[in-house]
Amino acid sequence: MLREPISDLSRMVEPDRVRKEVYTDSAIFEEEMARIHETVWIYVGHESQVPKAGDYYTAQVGRQPMILVRAANGKVNVLYNRCPHRGNMICGDTKGNTGDFFRCSYHAWTFHHDGKLKTIPMKDAYAGTRYGKDNPDCSIKKAARVENYRGFVFASLAKDGPTLKEFLGKSIVAFDDMCDRAPEGEVEVVPNCFRVIQHSNWKLFLENQLDALHPSVVHQSTGRAAHEVEKILARKAKGGAAPLSYHMLSAFATVTIDKWDDFQTINYPYGHCVLTGYMGLRPQDPDTLAYDKIMLKAYGKKRFEEIIGVNIHHVLVYPGLSVQSPLQQLRAVRPLGVDRTLTEIWHFRLKGAPEAIYRRSLAYYNLVNSPATLINADDLENFWKCHQGLASDGGDWVSLGRHLGRDIEKPGEIASGPKMGTSEAPMRNQMKAWAKYMQA
Amino acid sequence: MKAQHDVEQFLYRQSELLDTKQWQEWIDLFTPDGIYWMPPDSSYKTWEGQPAIFAEDKNLMTVRKLRVLHPDAWSQRPLWGTNHVVSNVSIKKIHKNGDVEATSRFHMMELRRDDVRHFAGRYFHKLKRTKKGYAIQLQRVDMTNAQAAYDYVLQVWV
Repeated sequence: MLREPISDLSRMVEPDRVRKEVYTDSAIFEEEMARIHETVWIYVGHESQVPKAGDYYTAQVGRQPMILVRAANGKVNVLYNRCPHRGNMICGDTKGNTGDFFRCSYHAWTFHHDGKLKTIPMKDAYAGTRYGKDNPDCSIKKAARVENYRGFVFASLAKDGPTLKEFLGKSIVAFDDMCDRAPEGEVEVVPNCFRVIQHSNWKLFLENQLDALHPSVVHQSTGRAAHEVEKILARKAKGGAAPLSYHMLSAFATVTIDKWDDFQTINYPYGHCVLTGYMGLRPQDPDTLAYDKIMLKAYGKKRFEEIIGVNIHHVLVYPGLSVQSPLQQLRAVRPLGVDRTLTEIWHFRLKGAPEAIYRRSLAYYNLVNSPATLINADDLENFWKCHQGLASDGGDWVSLGRHLGRDIEKPGEIASGPKMGTSEAPMRNQMKAWAKYMQA
Repeated sequence: MKAQHDVEQFLYRQSELLDTKQWQEWIDLFTPDGIYWMPPDSSYKTWEGQPAIFAEDKNLMTVRKLRVLHPDAWSQRPLWGTNHVVSNVSIKKIHKNGDVEATSRFHMMELRRDDVRHFAGRYFHKLKRTKKGYAIQLQRVDMTNAQAAYDYVLQVWV
């Protein structure tokens, strides 16, 4: 805990460094949940998670337990998972179908899919009281604002603020890039969520996502192991190439530190960031060519080239989402406490694309993002070690000074300089946004 | 009765290889086309084309083995170990050629640094009869806690 209270938390952030308490102090955690996660737009889920009327999925927005539910009229609602009667949670399971209405398991109050009160049992007992259908406090509370962008459902628990599009700004490319790569212009969720808990503050995860220096240090072991086997398979294969999934892993070793500097991070307001990247390769195998043909037919040559030419490895939508659009996967970050964070990891299918294209990105989902991940394990190890170190009295600051002063600033964006892809610009940008939210 | 005994001995040996970290000897238990599969849900019917916690042929097993042994596999550096117990072995089918399908239950305790975790579930084995004894064509591992959030992750086969 802080020894002396600091009235203005934004003072804990300087352009090139951050006070360690920002990561470890539980009072600051409560404050940031209220001011950031329970205020800004947070990703709740994809509408294809709840295809039928009554389908629901629960999700955490900041500290608030919420329900994503499909109503009979097709609308997707986001409700607080709390009965207005005595406070019981409405849905005790993570997912399911609630039928034509919700029924509380405690005293059987029932509610429509939009949260409105349907019936109170023994309603005569409430005659002459303030409790009944006319009282909005007898309905399940709804998220203040809900918006759906191309199937991705976000909620804001604050009445006022920027619209979802204003908030996302240029990071909206995460969803456009994912959907545009589908011949039908839409994606649907693969019905499985990998959930992994890390023992560290949530910000360590987000800062790691666009840290282009860390892969060659942290993921060397897997990169080298995959490269060894890839070489053997390539020798055996008639076409001279191992499956692409080996390349996805070996790139962690074959892309050396100096090559990472060739990439670029582009940082936007609200802490969002894009890493342009190394997955931007265009293989010429039969599966890709078959996919290209379908895409050409769907979009025409000009639009097809535009879509396929989008060069993105990773998009960070601060403070809760990490999207790898070319591989159709995303990780939603759910802070559980100052030193505990849950990531929910989803894979999406490009509607209208051949099965082989789905399987290619599925391989990445299984190898990199499953609970038996060959990659994230070593990140989790570092997150834990970081959090332990930061909680100590061995120092007061976290330094974010790599390539400081060499970023290229334009209105509305800050890009890492040429041959400076490993700049700590994304972390500086995230902390700048954090400080703005936390300003007294 | 012989098959029952042989399958039990085979499963005990596999547990011992895992608990003593004899990775190559463990991989050698599989047929050339053998698959190690851990589905995220017990309703899954096939390992192909679906999300999987593990879905590995011998090539991917080799990647995992080389990675675990690499000096810079940071998450593997702290003290860790496992202890498997296998039980409830039940032969489901014996083919004319001696191949066997069997189910069993396992309980694995894992120590990592000072933390203990428990994993339990069901094995399904398709075992091929070879001159040297059984070889694994398919090992399906259904974790009881497959759908629960993983506190940290799994780094080697269960």
